[in-house]
Amino acid sequence: MDLAGIADYLVAFAIMGGIYGVFTLGLNVHWGFTGLFNIGIAGFFALGAYTSALLTTSPPDPALFEDFKFGGNWASIGFLDWGLDVWFVLGLASAALCCGVIALVIGYITLRLRDDYLAISTLGIAETVRFFFLNEKWLANGSKGLYRIPKFLGDWIAPENYGYLYVVVVFAVLAIIYLALQRAVNSPWGRVLRAIREDEVTAQASGKDVFRFKLQAFILGAMIMGIGGALYAHHVRFLSPLTFDPMLATFIIWAMLMVGGSANNKGAVLGALVVWGIWVATQSLPGILSDPSFRLFMVGVLIVAVILLRPGGILGEERRVTRLADSDAARPNNPGG
Amino acid sequence: MVLLEATDVVAGYGQTEILHGVSIFVDQGEVVTIIGPNGCGKSTLMKAIVGMVRVRTGSVSFQGTDISGYPPERIVRTGLCYVPQTSNVFPSLTIRENLEMGAFLRKDDYRGRIGQMFDLFPDLAAHPGRKAGSLSGGQRQMLAIARALMLDPVMLLLDEPSAGLSPAMMQTVFDRIREINESGVALLLVEQNARDALGMSDRGYILVAGEKRLEDTGKDLLNNPEVASLYLGG
Amino acid sequence: MGRLVTTIQDTARRIGLAWTPAHTSVAIVVIALAVGFLPFVKMGLVVNGVFLGAIIALGAVGLTLVYGILNFANIAHGDYMTMGAYTTLFIVGYLLPKVGVEGSGLGPFTFGYPLLIALPVAVAAISAGAVVVDMMVYRRLRDRGVNTVVVSMASLGVAIALRGLVQIIWGGDIERYPRETRQVFHLPMDVRVPPDAIFITTVAIILVVALYLVLDRTKMGKAMRATADNPDLALVSGIDTGSVVRWTWVMGAALAATAGILLAVYQAHLLPIMGWKFLIPLFAAVVLGGIGNPYGALVGAFVIGVTSEVSTQWINPSYKPAVAFAIMIGMLLVRPRGIFGGGRS
Ligand SMILES: Nc1ncnc2c1ncn2[C@@H]1O[C@H](COP(=O)(O)OP(=O)(O)O)[C@@H](O)[C@H]1O
Ligand SMILES: [Mg+2]
Repeated sequence: MDLAGIADYLVAFAIMGGIYGVFTLGLNVHWGFTGLFNIGIAGFFALGAYTSALLTTSPPDPALFEDFKFGGNWASIGFLDWGLDVWFVLGLASAALCCGVIALVIGYITLRLRDDYLAISTLGIAETVRFFFLNEKWLANGSKGLYRIPKFLGDWIAPENYGYLYVVVVFAVLAIIYLALQRAVNSPWGRVLRAIREDEVTAQASGKDVFRFKLQAFILGAMIMGIGGALYAHHVRFLSPLTFDPMLATFIIWAMLMVGGSANNKGAVLGALVVWGIWVATQSLPGILSDPSFRLFMVGVLIVAVILLRPGGILGEERRVTRLADSDAARPNNPGG
Repeated sequence: MVLLEATDVVAGYGQTEILHGVSIFVDQGEVVTIIGPNGCGKSTLMKAIVGMVRVRTGSVSFQGTDISGYPPERIVRTGLCYVPQTSNVFPSLTIRENLEMGAFLRKDDYRGRIGQMFDLFPDLAAHPGRKAGSLSGGQRQMLAIARALMLDPVMLLLDEPSAGLSPAMMQTVFDRIREINESGVALLLVEQNARDALGMSDRGYILVAGEKRLEDTGKDLLNNPEVASLYLGG
Repeated sequence: MGRLVTTIQDTARRIGLAWTPAHTSVAIVVIALAVGFLPFVKMGLVVNGVFLGAIIALGAVGLTLVYGILNFANIAHGDYMTMGAYTTLFIVGYLLPKVGVEGSGLGPFTFGYPLLIALPVAVAAISAGAVVVDMMVYRRLRDRGVNTVVVSMASLGVAIALRGLVQIIWGGDIERYPRETRQVFHLPMDVRVPPDAIFITTVAIILVVALYLVLDRTKMGKAMRATADNPDLALVSGIDTGSVVRWTWVMGAALAATAGILLAVYQAHLLPIMGWKFLIPLFAAVVLGGIGNPYGALVGAFVIGVTSEVSTQWINPSYKPAVAFAIMIGMLLVRPRGIFGGGRS
């Protein structure tokens, strides 16, 4: 491989690593900061990707497709362009919105109940979303998938160098989400979330509307995952329901968060890059290391091992303030025992 | 002879310490009552004795053996049985099944013991197939006590057995408790109805904010003007 | 009529369903609606739904036992089903042929008598495996007193690892037990009954009755119910909660493994994701019946089985799991404690 080839390879790696970073941040809002157990990341991934792709892609040529009809065509609407491809931002926002609405509905029904109902429901969402895009051929062309998803700022740069531009876009989005989240989790709001995760009963007793905070966190995390999905769609520019297999769309993200450390945004991003790095680096190795089944097995073992041996994740929880101060702040009007 | 002795027990939940070094003892065949304001740690002390809450420092010994650190099942095996303050029956099990669960550790034929319990608490004998969840408060309390007696314990810990009962029912429960004691079982009681409880107790303790405030005979505590004004409702 | 209602109510109460007059009225309305709809519904689908319900029932009853007693949602339950199915494949497809025991097409069934030998062996192996996993993973978490969601999380890890293991050993391709094609029985109203379905239903009935006897009559069964009711009280009553946990895994995993084997027979193939795919109907049945209530899960399983089969008359069959999911969400919305209200919410 020549130098340019290596650079292209690294860029492709970085783009996916950055996108996984977005998902891991979203999952960190759910699990790391609030203790919400989402095993249907693939559902929000797919929903976000399809929403942005469907809205921005032009409708299919009726001569070529029998059932497939839909295409929002935003990328070709003049006033959404200005040479700056404003549609891209709108696509990301719609993806976030769509995931947010689904999270609102599911969260509203299940978050008042036992914690694990959410897990079961997110699993249901993931499967249902998959069946939906598989079956509604008019909308998304079923298993044959969506093509020709538009490129953001594709006119600005030669197609062979496009990756260099998109990697900047991905990391810009990742940075914005990261900074916003850092602010959010270090605000009083974020401290309440952690208090809920640590001890829901006490948080409730000190007058916090636990349900409301959980719902907000669930929606926020889901919206971030939606953005991740949209970033992915405009990167690979081809989507099929089979893309959103639980391994690469749910389990690996859990492994990333586990490695990075729950409740630690820096760790979450780092975990995404490290795990994705290992994943990619071992892909071309001979023997069992590159065997997908072996990797699946190892991801499972990793999750169990981290929970048993290093519950805080490999990097551990980031602590700006001590935990004690944290929980005190969370219940300012503690009725004095 | 000292049967149960708790020495400088420190215990609590999570990061909060509730008991700050409490010492009590119960002699063979005695009735001892602990009274004190709500939330002072009476239930926590009982849970620490039976191993449901970890004893952080200090020790608990029963019949001369140090049982602090034993799991509850092992403590029960030594003849120290316990009736919790709340949720003290298995609601979806029948009366008879509740009693059988009380006898889980017994390897012998315990049907005779169930018969004795039905003699002691005739209310339970009427419908042994009824679900405990459908019983009245008084019947539940009787069942909970009967369940704890199934192992023929040397000593029984009762956490507020009369709470929430009608005065008549309360009287019945106290009568039964006295009968149990007369059969040779030592009792450690936590009670809100301090007057009745102290009246039938050999000795009593007053616990305040996780510390022992006073200890005396039941009669003297009843006659103590300070105790009367603070804990006996005038 | 009044007698009948009373009998139904007494029986329901006896087996632990909190049956109220309201249930009777709802049941009458549901039955009336169902009977009214019957002319518009293909009988064949209803019957298929009953067979599917029998398999869901075995899985869901085991899942709800574990849920009620150990108090966490075992995400790996579906993969215990998969393991059961594949262990049987290993026995009938590899081990037994080595010693010359082979065959398919026993009587009217597609499978041969080796499957009848393999089934109990595989079930025992999965039960033992579940106990080992508990000792290695879940017991440590219980001792540490972690939040139950963390235990569920660990079970997700177990699920992923098990699926990986199945794929490492058997690969990801479709597999089958040795089988012969068999004639299905044709009944009136266009109902077709594959002989295998009769076997499946019989096994399911036997196991459910056995489970009832264990829970209702044996000391360990009662201790299991007691622990589900109130684990702390079980502990201070002197119940050996360690054995209760072991027996819960043995029974839950045995039921799961059987469900997996029967599913592989019924759908005539095995895939590594077969159990994972089954999680949604399983949890839907558990939620419908109220968490921790095995008889509720039984009822829930047939509701889910029949509804999702019958739904294919109007909607695309691949939406079947979505139908189960929708029923579960609907139930959570109106009665999160399940039809009989006994579960925890
Ligand atoms: N399981 C628990 N977790 C945390 N705190 C508890 C728990 N049980 C009791 N407490 C706290 O411990 C203190 C003492 O409780 P308890 O021993 O039940 O008091 P009492 O029985 O004297 O009314 C109270 O402040 C109570 O809030
Ligand atoms: Mg108390």
